[in-house]
Amino acid sequence: MAQSTQQVDLAKLEPVLAEYAAKPGSLITILQHTQDIYGYLPREALKSISGATGIAPAQIMGVATFYAQFRLQPVGRYLIMLCQGTACHVNGAESISAIVTEELGIKDGETTADGLFSLKHVACLGCCSLAPAMMINGEVYGNLTGNSVRQVLRELAAAAKEEDKA
Amino acid sequence: MNADIRIKVGLGSCGMAAGARKTKDALDAALAAAGLDIRAERTGCIGLCFAEPLVEVIDGGESYFYGRVDEAKAAQIVKEHIVGGKPQQELLLAEDELNFLTRQTRIALRNCGVIDPESIEQYIARGGYQALKKAVCELTPEEIIAEIKTSGLRGRGGAGFPTWFKWNACRNAAGEEKYIICNADEGDPGAFMDRSVLESDPHAVLEGMAIAARAIGCHQGIIYVRAEYPLSIERLEIAMAAAREQGFLGQNIFGSGWDFDIYIKAGAGAFVCGEETALLASLEGKRGMPRLKPPFPAQKGFRQQPSNINNVETLANVAWIIRHGGAAFAAYGTEGSKGTKVFALAGKIRRGGLVEVPMGLTLREVIFDIGGGVKGEGAFKAVQMGGPSGGCIPASLLDTPIDYESIAATGAIMGSGGMIIMDDATCMVDMARFFLDFTQKESCGKCVACRIGTKRMLEILTRITKGEGKPGDIELLQQLGEDIKAGSLCGLGASAPNPALSTLRYFPEEYAAHIEGHTCPAKSCRDLLTYHIRPDKCRGCSLCARKCPVGAIDGELREVFVIDEAKCIKCGNCAAVCRFGAVEVK
Repeated sequence: MAQSTQQVDLAKLEPVLAEYAAKPGSLITILQHTQDIYGYLPREALKSISGATGIAPAQIMGVATFYAQFRLQPVGRYLIMLCQGTACHVNGAESISAIVTEELGIKDGETTADGLFSLKHVACLGCCSLAPAMMINGEVYGNLTGNSVRQVLRELAAAAKEEDKA
Repeated sequence: MNADIRIKVGLGSCGMAAGARKTKDALDAALAAAGLDIRAERTGCIGLCFAEPLVEVIDGGESYFYGRVDEAKAAQIVKEHIVGGKPQQELLLAEDELNFLTRQTRIALRNCGVIDPESIEQYIARGGYQALKKAVCELTPEEIIAEIKTSGLRGRGGAGFPTWFKWNACRNAAGEEKYIICNADEGDPGAFMDRSVLESDPHAVLEGMAIAARAIGCHQGIIYVRAEYPLSIERLEIAMAAAREQGFLGQNIFGSGWDFDIYIKAGAGAFVCGEETALLASLEGKRGMPRLKPPFPAQKGFRQQPSNINNVETLANVAWIIRHGGAAFAAYGTEGSKGTKVFALAGKIRRGGLVEVPMGLTLREVIFDIGGGVKGEGAFKAVQMGGPSGGCIPASLLDTPIDYESIAATGAIMGSGGMIIMDDATCMVDMARFFLDFTQKESCGKCVACRIGTKRMLEILTRITKGEGKPGDIELLQQLGEDIKAGSLCGLGASAPNPALSTLRYFPEEYAAHIEGHTCPAKSCRDLLTYHIRPDKCRGCSLCARKCPVGAIDGELREVFVIDEAKCIKCGNCAAVCRFGAVEVK
């Protein structure tokens, strides 16, 4: 994690601050754009948001840690959002989570050592009729079984390898 | 080929996750290859989630519904039906599956799966924005409110508060600027009707908001929508731009001199923001924590100004009511619960999806006649209504009519309309644990009773599911539940104990089996299960040993295999793969 703080390019944040810093009540919107840019909320970025908006750093941290969407650490190339909704739970989401852990060696909130996958348990994705379901980088995978999860993860890992070669 | 043939593909989030985009591409490719210049049209979610991807062919005034259409079936439909003129009977939905549609009365969902959600022309062609015109040009604000009062419309987000009353209170409140806010923060796990309406018929929500704004006397609307619903946000943006272009939003609407516009605010993921005052705090960029009421939002809401907050489904009914009259809406439903309600059927149900039916139908009619009952071989055990704020209703109460009061009397709540069906493989103690885990995480932490009480309840429920329950745990849960209800400021805390209290009420024997007998009757709580291989059934094929992730199964080929209980992690792989039913779970 230490190396990531050095790579934060604060110039990318300037257009966001120029648009929203002066608008009252925009903190959540600013944080959402910040996360879109960096993939997470880097400490340096939060400091410069505080400077531009005049909102105390403690208050910014308060908001950043209150909402499930925000994260303070970088995530892997593929973010596995595993649905924990009621329908998914009834249809075996727990065993799907166990299979991801078995396959990748990570638990909820962790990232693989190679930085490829992060696992995050999320509240209902709203695809209840496809339970159990997960979303990886915006794509929904439904009606999961142990085998289909393993297959998706292996395909993504292979795709990443191909990309890196190219 | 019939000249006015049309082909529609449901492209909501669920449909797309099931592969509907590929289906549409395959249809288009086959149509092009056949030299035809028609293409498949995009529509929203028609609600038959169980049969996605869904393709509707409208041919000679008849609708043909094809379910589970993959690329190969898409090509077949084009070749045989579109070009060849022969509907493909074996691919069509069966009659009992079509019951799912024909037994519905669609008001809030009137355009879902019918129109292209990105086409304002198609919305207008179905009578869209006529109600707004009537509200602006013909009715006084008082008359709009009176019409909503006649309709008997109550809030569809959970609490069931009369909509006209809220509008009226906000209209009569003193303030320089007033706000209409659409609560699209559908956080209730197991409910997806709001997402479906936003994705499939965004204009219905915009029109409803504009009518409410006219009645209240305000100029600014805000839609607070979950960030997890990117497609909803995208389609709302498209709809708002089109409505501005046509003059339904913006300045001087219908030449009346009245201005009204809407912007979107994306939520950031907090269940408590469904509570009105927490939502207001979040809109102002703060932590979404509720505050004491009064003052109610109608007096002091967004930026301390009078504000009216309505749920998506509530607003989706408004234009229909103004156009057809409040009495037409009130003709549906029961004495205290007028109109129709959308329900999301999910869980162990044969036909899951969205249904809109008149209030007053029984749970049995919705779950069995429309939803087809339990999927698989299990027996119906309970239906969970109201999500984390609701409760489980047992099979003995299946004939309860669905209205706000009757559902509340069972210990559940109407909530936003999520219905999760459970069979005998669902453990009710585990369900209570599941919901307390949710509310415990989502508690904002303001009230001690909720913050600490839900954690204690979760701990007790967790130990019961592990077989470590103690005598007195049930009484403790009940006591804690009552205390949390009494000591919490907002609806989250006041309803958080409901899942535990309702399962304690209807399934006390399951709790007793866990605590006293250390067994889980549903065979769902892992820590209470043991796996054995029955010597009389095992053929010694070694499949289970090869599939065991921890190497806990050992044996010689064609001899009886044995599970080492000390190593077993109770994943159930062996039972799932055994072809001879030799793995016994106790």
